Amino acid sequence: MATVFKRPHPLSDVSNTYCPGCTHGIIHRLAAEVIEELGIEGDTIGVAPVGCSVVAYNFFEFDVQQAAHGRAPAVATGIKRVHPDKFVFTYQGDGDLAAIGTAETVHAAARGENISIIFVNNAIYGMTGGQMAPTSLVGQVTQTTPYGRKIENQGYPIKVCEMLSTIEGAAYIERVSVDSIPNIKKTKAAIRNAFECQLDKKGFSLVEILSTCPTNWGMEPAEAMEWLRENMMKQYPLGVYCDKR
Amino acid sequence: MAEKFLMKGNEAVAEAAIRSGCRYFFGYPITPQTELAAYMAKNMPKRGGVFLQAESEIAAINMVYGAAGAGARAMTSSSSPGISLKQEGISYIAGADLPCVIVNMARGGPGLGSIQGSQADYFQATKGGGHGDYHMLVFAPNSVQELVDMTARAFDKADEYRMPAMILGDGMLGQMMEPVGFFEPKEPEELPKKEWATDGTGMKRKKNIINSLYLESEILERLNIERYERYAQICEREPLFEEINTEDAEIIITAYGMSARIAVSAMTALRKEGVRVGIIRPITLWPFPSEIFARRAANAKAFLCVEMSMGQMVEDVRLAVDGKRPVYFCGRTGGMTVEPDAVYEEVKRILKLKTAGGM
Amino acid sequence: MAVVTFNEDRCKGCGLCETVCPKKIVKTAMDRTNVKGFHPAAVTNQAECIGCAFCAQICPDCVITVEK
Repeated sequence: MATVFKRPHPLSDVSNTYCPGCTHGIIHRLAAEVIEELGIEGDTIGVAPVGCSVVAYNFFEFDVQQAAHGRAPAVATGIKRVHPDKFVFTYQGDGDLAAIGTAETVHAAARGENISIIFVNNAIYGMTGGQMAPTSLVGQVTQTTPYGRKIENQGYPIKVCEMLSTIEGAAYIERVSVDSIPNIKKTKAAIRNAFECQLDKKGFSLVEILSTCPTNWGMEPAEAMEWLRENMMKQYPLGVYCDKR
Repeated sequence: MAEKFLMKGNEAVAEAAIRSGCRYFFGYPITPQTELAAYMAKNMPKRGGVFLQAESEIAAINMVYGAAGAGARAMTSSSSPGISLKQEGISYIAGADLPCVIVNMARGGPGLGSIQGSQADYFQATKGGGHGDYHMLVFAPNSVQELVDMTARAFDKADEYRMPAMILGDGMLGQMMEPVGFFEPKEPEELPKKEWATDGTGMKRKKNIINSLYLESEILERLNIERYERYAQICEREPLFEEINTEDAEIIITAYGMSARIAVSAMTALRKEGVRVGIIRPITLWPFPSEIFARRAANAKAFLCVEMSMGQMVEDVRLAVDGKRPVYFCGRTGGMTVEPDAVYEEVKRILKLKTAGGM
Repeated sequence: MAVVTFNEDRCKGCGLCETVCPKKIVKTAMDRTNVKGFHPAAVTNQAECIGCAFCAQICPDCVITVEK
């Protein structure tokens, strides 16, 4: 009997603390699978800023630095400058990357910093109980948009991949989703492209992964995947937005 | 004695940092310390180091967090408003027990303030400008030479106690030029390896984690208490101060940094008139040299604290003197410099002496 | 013939595996609850399993191991 599927070594053999059906669990595993396949676990240093995944250091077997909200790209820059031959990636949510940390994200890209960013976009602030995120959709009801997000009051959701693709320092930008098996396979391929972009010293890479938040969307996990397909994918078209590898 | 150079304070600090084995500097322009960053920009690349101008002081302190967590000697510098932006990062650095050096060439405040030298960041530096129970080592040099010596010491002590260390200077100290001699450079390879750093497990060790998040408050409390036990050791071993003419002093002026140099002028004039004046100059502001104040309170009749602020260190002096003697205050604010005459007049007023026509 | 094993105490009963099994043999076991108090997912008819590991790929909690 050959093993077809098992937990990748870089993923700790512990139960994660995410909600039932939360796609963080899938993405953590995909990242760990790629790190294992590339044989870089011993050289990997992760950066986990504030958000549901701030506790990611409990779920990976490699070194991790916990970062202040929004500052992961800066922390990763500091690490990468000290260890240019190590593999450094951040794992950030939409509030972290596209609200408080927008400047750090844009400038890490502008510098062409040779780091990789896994950007989990679930259009909501999960850790704090479901507030509006910079990527929340127009009309989306959240704790802080109880009447639905309104353009005249909260403006427009930010399309990060499109925005960053205009930045010359960016080498590889792709948006993917983990809502289905085919898309999960594509997400893994995108993560691999981004990680290889760093290993080949080509510069800044980012993978935006459309994700769900069943608890704060107030939906069953499978229903949330459906909502993602019907609503988020319209606002956030999947695809490669920059590829200078 | 080492060969002497005429050097600006800001640049001397930068050179001292590189000679201390610091190879990673993350900065942001702000008057009156920008020459420090410019010196790093010119010299780090030639010395195998990294200079990076960050997008903000917030990004810069977080780059220091990453580099320090990765095991390197790292530094940032700024001035008052920029240091305010770094406070959250400094709290994280203290909470994650990371060593680093932060230079503040303080300027007039609050708000955008002015660009002249000031000492109005004393509270921020010594009482913790960020959130939570923590401290930084705070060194307050008052000459370009002492800036150099304290920078070297800051790196060593930060590593020894695994905590952030601040060089608290001011605009004058950063801008003025004085002859300065340097110590032999230390290469990063000579520094002890930091086993706790995140430099990749290499599949040979358990993972290292740099973190200050502890959702279980019992654990956080224990860690804070352990950190404060280390702080207590520091308060015993590490206070630095200078004393001048305090044995027979009837009044002791206390001041740090540039204000202390002004106090010396006043003391010299008063001593000529037979007025027995002494000076206590704290060099470490945290740990504060409380013990010497308590001891000198036995013979001195009064203390006069001189600062370029509305009075901040004076509170620590009062705590140290503990009511045994009156502690007066004389200062300027907003970037204005205390005048020697003002100190001279204040001493006379305190001792109720007739003024003999000023200094 | 493929063998799928569920580390039932890791399962949070999210049901995502059930939605992607091409053979419709992964179901929530309503007859028991695991240590977390969830009804764990389980394979109803192991014989029909083709070892595609779709269930394992969408599982957020690494509950499932697949051999073939």
